[in-house]
Amino acid sequence: MKIKPAKNKLLFEGADWDFDTLARIYDGVAEIGLGELGLDIYRPRIEVITTEQMLDAYASTGMPLFYRHWSFGKQFVRNETLYRKGWQGLAYEIVINSNPCVVYLLEENTATMQALVLAHAAFGHNHFFKNNYVFKQWTDADGILDYLAFAKNYITECEDRYGVSEVERVLDAAHALQNQGIHRYPGKRTIDLRSEEKRERERREHGERLFNDLWRTVPEQGKKTKKRSERDRRRALLGLPEENILYFLEKTSPRLKPWQREVIRIVRHIAQYFYPQRQTKMMNEGCATYTHYEIMQRLVDRGQITEGAYFEFLHSHTNVVTQPNFDDRRYYGLNPYALGFAMMKDVERICVNPQAEDRQWFPDIAGNGDPMGTLKDIWANYRDESFVSQFLSPHVIRKLGLFLVVDDYKEKDLSVDAIHNERGYTRVRRALARHYDVARHDPDIQIVDVDLEGDRRLELRHHVVDGVTLDEDDAERVLQHLANLWGYEVYLIETAGEGEPATKHHAEPVHPFV
Amino acid sequence: MHIIDRRRDASGKSLGNRQRFIRRARALVRHAVREASKDRKITDTGRGGEVTVPADGVREPSLRRSAKGGIREYLLPGNKNYIEGDSIERPPSGGGAGGASADGGGEDEFRFVLSDDEFIDLFLEDLELPDLAKRQVMGEEKTQPRRAGYRSSGPPSQLSVPRTMRNSLSRRIALRRPKPDEIAALEDRIRELEDAGADEDEILSLRAELERQGLRARAIPFIDPVDVRYRRYESVPKPVAQAVMFCLMDVSGSMDEHLKDLAKRFYTLLYLFLSRRYRYVEVVFIRHTHEAKEVDEDTFFNSRETGGTVVSTALEEMISVLADRFPANAWNIYAAQASDGDNLPIDNERTVALLKNVILPLCQYYAYIEVGREPEERRRGGEPPSTLWRAYELIQSPQIPMAMRKVRDRRDIYPVFRELFERKINSASTGAR
Repeated sequence: MKIKPAKNKLLFEGADWDFDTLARIYDGVAEIGLGELGLDIYRPRIEVITTEQMLDAYASTGMPLFYRHWSFGKQFVRNETLYRKGWQGLAYEIVINSNPCVVYLLEENTATMQALVLAHAAFGHNHFFKNNYVFKQWTDADGILDYLAFAKNYITECEDRYGVSEVERVLDAAHALQNQGIHRYPGKRTIDLRSEEKRERERREHGERLFNDLWRTVPEQGKKTKKRSERDRRRALLGLPEENILYFLEKTSPRLKPWQREVIRIVRHIAQYFYPQRQTKMMNEGCATYTHYEIMQRLVDRGQITEGAYFEFLHSHTNVVTQPNFDDRRYYGLNPYALGFAMMKDVERICVNPQAEDRQWFPDIAGNGDPMGTLKDIWANYRDESFVSQFLSPHVIRKLGLFLVVDDYKEKDLSVDAIHNERGYTRVRRALARHYDVARHDPDIQIVDVDLEGDRRLELRHHVVDGVTLDEDDAERVLQHLANLWGYEVYLIETAGEGEPATKHHAEPVHPFV
Repeated sequence: MHIIDRRRDASGKSLGNRQRFIRRARALVRHAVREASKDRKITDTGRGGEVTVPADGVREPSLRRSAKGGIREYLLPGNKNYIEGDSIERPPSGGGAGGASADGGGEDEFRFVLSDDEFIDLFLEDLELPDLAKRQVMGEEKTQPRRAGYRSSGPPSQLSVPRTMRNSLSRRIALRRPKPDEIAALEDRIRELEDAGADEDEILSLRAELERQGLRARAIPFIDPVDVRYRRYESVPKPVAQAVMFCLMDVSGSMDEHLKDLAKRFYTLLYLFLSRRYRYVEVVFIRHTHEAKEVDEDTFFNSRETGGTVVSTALEEMISVLADRFPANAWNIYAAQASDGDNLPIDNERTVALLKNVILPLCQYYAYIEVGREPEERRRGGEPPSTLWRAYELIQSPQIPMAMRKVRDRRDIYPVFRELFERKINSASTGAR
């Protein structure tokens, strides 16, 4: 017979909670999260909100404050309608990548759910935000709330000064291009004078060391290779090609006013802030789900929650990590929680209890006996794409029954290209990695040329991959916005490369910003 | 760990965004509201509800890969029977076997719920009762106190002595408090007996009785706190400007269900409009057959009557109600009449005379709605104008604050209503009273 845990050890009993209970739950969860799992988190700021406030938060992409725009209102009425009709439940929590890390808890959650949600968000997501390299590289958790406050005030001021509709027009145009407002590669740092001198000195010394007078006697190459064409010179001056269209407009657009540039900059910065979340959606949820599962299990082992609460937790956890099959009515793509959790659990299994197959596929980690260390390393140094391409094991592929279907528009039927067997593992894994490669899903569009001294016509190129062109209707609209922002003609050429068929879109400013 | 309770914070942070959205989609939403209200039941018109606008109007375009064409890969879970090299029939909808764009590329309608106020606001947008603008009914509200019964606490200045004394009296009677003259009589009697040197025992028992009565009188107060009553006041909104709207309707046998329904809709709209937009508007419902009667709203719309049609009776009833309750120097008077155009021919003259000489001079505005039958039913030969229409036509002139319109279908109601009460009309009518 099982011994009932001592009453005073329980964090809570029943579904009701108050703020003392909540604080006790937090302490219990923190003891395991920080003590046993050794997670490294931003100090959490936990706030309890109502459903109304949750709907509000939904509309501004979860952020506690945001500038105003009708598109958020659209989002809000959509969610509200879905929620009121009962077609869509609300999230139990929202967590924000900021320092302190803001965690919103829904007041309707039961005590068990609050424990689960605290473990999930305040520890799982929080650890991921603080440690993952894409977040470290591209987001500023310390500054985001202040920046949003600045953005909100700035845009309100602009509205007061220039009128709501004028500001709205700039925001509409900038929003249309926000996926093209992201720096995907860390740029070159401008070097300060001292290191520049140092580099110059080293280069000179190197030259002197290697000096050989013989080189002077070598006949010179034809001059034409040295002389750059006018076009190349121009492009180099403007830093073209440039894929960050908003950045280019902000810096180069000939007609925009300073406040309009600032508005574009705000949209660009915020898009950049959210970009890592798209890149790590699956891992982030996997990390948080693994963390809450681990913490809740340990709470049960310590006798700090009742068995009833444990069953409630299991029920909710299973709902979250359900992956319906492709032929199921509920199927709606791969569930990032399910795949993420399955892969994290699998890494744990490989570390602790590897099979021969795992030793062959993962010689580095198989049987190293340190699942938490391995996972923390993974959470810090990978994003979805690289995580899948490194750690998706045959075991998980089999478990989920993953198979690859190729749809070539030229063929009559779809074909099954790879399944979960020996021949298919690698291909399935590669395809799944591609599936999570955000940069591959966003069309590759670059500004390739503009003659600022001539007709100022802006030329863009979409490098077509796999024959998938842009959505024509939307492209025309976005191009119109772009032409208005740029103030002159805009061309977009879609082609897979030289000599391939090309589609051309064209827009002229009808209502330029002046 | 300090946990912040945000639940008391103001919600509705998205209100600004929501308003922006509705403003942005205003034209679309207004159209959607108009369409939605056409198919609604009368009583539902005032409620908010779901409207659908074409998604195209509120689209947020982006440069995204098209959902069609090209070579695509789908990674699906839950394989059971497929092996490499199998081919699957292409699902009919184009798109892939499940990877169809989740970002809503295919949606062509956007549905959302408007609140009651938003709905009615858009519904009634730019409609206004003619001439009331000058009184600015919507302006600031004033309240004035009005007597409304009694209460048991209040300032001394509002003490109601009669009511307090009444309570006191009934309490004293109920508790049998000795009256002063009863005690006086008892004292007299004792004195009498003492003077007469009567029996000691009797005097003693009377003294005891006096003692008891005195005790009782002291124990039961003359006025107890429970007796006290104060005058109670309620503040009621003081009309800044008041208007009365007369709804006249023919409910005789010639008005069949369809026609009644049309008229009902017109009035519902009107009533809705008045009761929502103008706070201080009284509405009087008068229905008539060959005799007229003022009724309440429910009866007006729902009960049935039979009889001939004598329009002048309704006008007479209206005049008598006006004389009774709505002196023309205190009220702005509006009237709307709905009829199928039938009238007893000999009554026309009297009707027109009443209208022209008595009612129109009093009215700010008079609207006549003639409801008609479906087109198929009235196809036989040119459809001559109705009796009443012809009669009313005679007195039409730009100087007269009267409008007439025909309504054939419930789809017509809204445009007609709009047209009748459009802002520009008010130049015709004369100044405020």
